[in-house]
Amino acid sequence: MSAPRQITRLASRAISRRASPLGNGIIRNQRSSILSPCQSSSSSSNQYQVKGLSVRYGSHLPERSPNFVKPTEKHLNDLKKIVSSSLSSLDGTATQEELKSFNDDWMNKYHGNSKIVLKPKTTKEVSEIMKYCYQNDLAVVPQGGNTGLVGGSNPVHDEIILNLSNMNKIRSFDQVSGCLVADGGVVLEAADHYLAEKGFIFPLDLGAKGSCHIGGNVATNAGGLRLLRYGSLHGTVLGLEVVLPDGTIWNGLSKLRKDNTGFDIKQLFIGSEGTIGIITAVSIMCPRRPSAMNVAVFSLESYEAVQKVFAEAKGHLGEILSAFEFFDKQSYALVKHHQEENGEAERKVFETEGDFYCLIETGGSNAEHDEAKLTGLLEHLMENEMVLDGVLAQDSTQFQALWKLRELVPESAGKAGSVYKYDVSVPVAKMYEPVEQLRVKLREGGVLEGDGKMEGPIKAVTGYGHIGDGNIHINIVATKYTDEIEKIIEPYVYEVVSKYDGSISAEHGLGVMKAPYIGYSKNQTSIELMKKVKQMFDPKGLLNPYKYIV
Amino acid sequence: MRPTVPRLVNILVPVKRSIDYAVKIRVASDGKSVDTNVKHSMNPFDEIAVEEAIRLREKKSTKVDNITAISIGPTKAVDTIRTALAMGADTGIHIIVPENTVVEPISVANALKKIIQDKKFDLVIMGKQAIDDDSGSTGGMLAGLLNWSQGSFASKLDINQDGSKIEVTREIDGGLEKIESKLPLIVTTDLRLNEPRYASLPNIMKAKKKKIETFKPEDLGLDFTPRFETISVSEPQKRQGGGKVESVDELVSKMKEAGVI
Repeated sequence: MSAPRQITRLASRAISRRASPLGNGIIRNQRSSILSPCQSSSSSSNQYQVKGLSVRYGSHLPERSPNFVKPTEKHLNDLKKIVSSSLSSLDGTATQEELKSFNDDWMNKYHGNSKIVLKPKTTKEVSEIMKYCYQNDLAVVPQGGNTGLVGGSNPVHDEIILNLSNMNKIRSFDQVSGCLVADGGVVLEAADHYLAEKGFIFPLDLGAKGSCHIGGNVATNAGGLRLLRYGSLHGTVLGLEVVLPDGTIWNGLSKLRKDNTGFDIKQLFIGSEGTIGIITAVSIMCPRRPSAMNVAVFSLESYEAVQKVFAEAKGHLGEILSAFEFFDKQSYALVKHHQEENGEAERKVFETEGDFYCLIETGGSNAEHDEAKLTGLLEHLMENEMVLDGVLAQDSTQFQALWKLRELVPESAGKAGSVYKYDVSVPVAKMYEPVEQLRVKLREGGVLEGDGKMEGPIKAVTGYGHIGDGNIHINIVATKYTDEIEKIIEPYVYEVVSKYDGSISAEHGLGVMKAPYIGYSKNQTSIELMKKVKQMFDPKGLLNPYKYIV
Repeated sequence: MRPTVPRLVNILVPVKRSIDYAVKIRVASDGKSVDTNVKHSMNPFDEIAVEEAIRLREKKSTKVDNITAISIGPTKAVDTIRTALAMGADTGIHIIVPENTVVEPISVANALKKIIQDKKFDLVIMGKQAIDDDSGSTGGMLAGLLNWSQGSFASKLDINQDGSKIEVTREIDGGLEKIESKLPLIVTTDLRLNEPRYASLPNIMKAKKKKIETFKPEDLGLDFTPRFETISVSEPQKRQGGGKVESVDELVSKMKEAGVI
């Protein structure tokens, strides 16, 4: 079969719709229960402000703890006897420049200064490394694909980097139960390709799939695009193999769906962001891959309409609804602008544009059956005038192109200026409130002229995200990062989220960036309990220090 | 002199249900065909043809009376016709053949000729080739059978009001070629002719009410018996993985080894 359109619109296929490294759904830290915040909003700004800490740029970070021993060449030589592969500027196997890709995050916001990168191949090696580091008081930062957004996988100072990329083997797959057991360092996309050949799907999908590791996904409790359908990793992960800070190997690689014998230890590691153990293997339940996929995009006149369509979609589509995403007109304007600049916007999508847009994806096992359901929904929406306009993808190319309208939002925002990114979850009914309140606040502050007018200190305030999960991404596109703008936004945005009983980090986690603000989402009792857990697993505090709970 | 009465143009757009462009093709176990149990969509070049027909009508300078989409294929080919109707075609014609029937270009051309003569079309806009068999010969054969002019591989199409002058721009090596013709005419579409539109929801709903005529080949006195037999279908040779070299010298010696320098 020839590839006649490769040159123009079908070229988009090469960039898989989820392959953009800028997908804003990269790292999710989903919290199941949101406890009411313990502080009143008046005192909050001081209570959680760490002195001299500018979380945005990572330039003023917590000071190095004197409890940790500085790694030396002797340590390195000892470790080299344990680990099969390492890189270090201490023995000349790499220059400090070459270690940058391990020390820095991909957004170039956080910069560590580690001189040692260890790349173990087996769980035993990881265990030996941890044993050695524990005995010698050496701090360690576990690292997967290094695709996080909150600086969780980079050293803050000189912590030894334990990179799991050489632990990349699929261990087993059960064709009947769909249970996959794989090393923590397997790249998400590689795992999904492996499963695709067997007719299964990895129950997680996100923008960074080409680089991120499944161990890192579990450690950060990543959410992404399939959460609506398959649920969070707290449900799909069946078991884990974890190396504890003192080197003990905990084998909890269960393949059982039901196991009511005592505390469910693995849950503690899901979303622990590498602070209490290193996930070396994952056992996860994988569903059958849907054989028929459809996607439709609508324009709507209000956020209320988005909610109504969401309710209708759930009712009409039932189990085949696999994604429900939304974006506002400001986001759409950014994407259109970005596509025009790249000469990709020849296709007109909507006859009637709206203030909001939503995207519905279905995935099922029977194309005719799905289509009947989807047609039923579309007819209902049109007849009752619940949407202004819409399009339904007629082929796989259009499927990709329509997904891009939503997926290009973060990239388009990044191209348009300096972006303040917030990833929050708020009950669906109030989900768009924080965006509107931020607009008001920024306009009062005299930095926002119009809505998405693309001029002035702030070019656009946009909201988009996963309606199904109550997760909204707020991107504030500024001409440049300034203290003035930041002061208007923070901690105001956290206060608003807290007011609606939301979470200040829906899926990106805490890492370094949001660690100081945990109090907006968790009460004091929760924080104390978390600290006790950390203390129990890692009494010396050697694993991924300065982050998560500070 | 009185102004010429604008002529109403009847456009026929053949559309083929082919394996979706984005699907990875696998050779079937018999080694003589490909696995067709995958997603199918409208052949991308035909989509461009449908779009061009609709644009001609939208331009208003050309008086288009009717746009008919025709497909020869199994029952499911009706979805492809519906897509054309949702984009803006007026009516559909479906010549139904059993699943997995191979209809060769000459048979397609004969069928189209029959339909064109019965229904009095004067302009055919069709894809230059289908992406499944890549034959690329139906347009030419049809022009020959009908003894009509043809503007093949069109990257631009201009028609004056009464259809007396049609300008087809074709992409050729190193430049563009313009040819001029009159109706009736066969136009085959190239990649850059246009960017097809999405099927909007209101139009998808409207398309459900549009009429699709169905025929069996024998109703039209057609015989689709293939003239060719497919001996074998094989996958392209797998690409060999590359290797890394340490230095320029090593690269040069490797290239010499391979006999490329």
